[in-house]
Amino acid sequence: MGEILDGLGAAAVLVFTLDPYLVEISLRSLAVTLSAVLVASLIGLPLGAWLAVRDFCGRRAVVIVLNGLMGLPPVVVGLFVYLLLSRSGPLGVLGLLFTPWAMILAQVFILLPLIASIGLQVMGDLWEEYAEMLTSLDATPTQQMGTLLWEGRHGLLTAALAGFGRGIGEVGAIMIVGGNIDHATRVLTTAITLETSRGNFALALGLGLVLIALALTVTAAMHLIARNRGTHP
Amino acid sequence: MRGARRCLPALLLLLAALPAQAGNLRWAVTTTFRNSGLAAVLLPAAQEDLGFGIDLLVVGTGQAAGLARAGDVDAIMIHARPLEEALVAEGVATHRREIMYNDFVLVGPRNDPAGIREADSAAGALGRIAKARAPFVSRGDDSGTHRRELELWQEAGIGTDARPVAWYKAVGAGMGTALNIASGLNAYVLTDRASWLTFRNKGALEILFSGDAALFNQYAFLPVNPARFAHVDAAKTARLEEWLTSERARALIDDHRLNGVALFTFNAR
Repeated sequence: MGEILDGLGAAAVLVFTLDPYLVEISLRSLAVTLSAVLVASLIGLPLGAWLAVRDFCGRRAVVIVLNGLMGLPPVVVGLFVYLLLSRSGPLGVLGLLFTPWAMILAQVFILLPLIASIGLQVMGDLWEEYAEMLTSLDATPTQQMGTLLWEGRHGLLTAALAGFGRGIGEVGAIMIVGGNIDHATRVLTTAITLETSRGNFALALGLGLVLIALALTVTAAMHLIARNRGTHP
Repeated sequence: MRGARRCLPALLLLLAALPAQAGNLRWAVTTTFRNSGLAAVLLPAAQEDLGFGIDLLVVGTGQAAGLARAGDVDAIMIHARPLEEALVAEGVATHRREIMYNDFVLVGPRNDPAGIREADSAAGALGRIAKARAPFVSRGDDSGTHRRELELWQEAGIGTDARPVAWYKAVGAGMGTALNIASGLNAYVLTDRASWLTFRNKGALEILFSGDAALFNQYAFLPVNPARFAHVDAAKTARLEEWLTSERARALIDDHRLNGVALFTFNAR
């Protein structure tokens, strides 16, 4: 119990003094995960829309694979991206290993199947409603996809938020490809791992509480933005 | 999706906060170096004196060697002499330069069920633990500490088969995690003195055996060979080596104390 209260105390001190270390790693956590969500959404949502409007041989298999990869183990993705970006690997010349860019890349791999799958679910349901109308209007596939993406925007926001939720708490992949370098690639989750290994449980828990609060804040902010625009997700 | 467009400038601002790391020296070191607090003393001083940034990657000795072999770092500092000599022989590192030392200690439950306080050597202490079948936590991660532990078991004549999981727990983790597990299990564990002194979750554990010459723990600096990896920054690495062996580094290392106890002794020549 004492350790938990110490954790709450540590979290309060960190937040109310706007501890520079906390601000730095929190901003980096946000930058990495929001970038990954953005990239994964830009690829995954159109992919979901395309799978919703097109029927082709093997579509079912693609959908099953996509759904299955929602549970992609981060540590395996981390290892894969590490081997890709290592100086001895195929993309080694880029020198991206142990930079935030490597962390973003790893998270894109993790979030893409999740965002695409939820997006497909949302737009697949919409397609049942709109298919007849869009076909009768002679809409091109691109127009059909555009309609689904626009009309499904509330559900798609949830897809992006699910991706954000998975990314912001992820540690397995970004530890491997980022290296947890102080002032370069340290984020909230890797800092929590570090403090736990030091036996510094109060600070670790404090950082954990900040991480949870941050995730809630971002989600609430996205919902507020959506509501102020007259759309209720 | 207009909302997303609205958020784009804010996101770009966040991205700008990602540091430009180009030109930083990349240095892999063992967990002790950071967990002892020495990194927090040496790194800012070195960066200030040298005028360039240093990215510290904190990993086990085995992983540091792997990073050097892949050419992913400019230099490493580890503590496992046979491995260091192998890296030089392979041409991965140009040479090894001894920087400082501390010692390993055997930590265990205060009531010492295996009676290692009375042991006359480190190997003898492990022999007593095996005989008593008292819980023992092993790093099991190919780190310098793990390698030393295996050497000691070999010296004690206790093979892998004689160390069943009933009491010998290979946790495959860094020093801090291994200490947390030992603290939770009230088990014996081999650790370097600096990691132990700075560890905050000691529980019922304390140092039970130390002082054997077999527990001497030398740290060495190894520059990665630029002839092998063209992107390695040999000039900066050489300047870091020069700094680490300077009088300034000697003063910082020898004066780094925790509760009045020196954690490392400088011995570069």
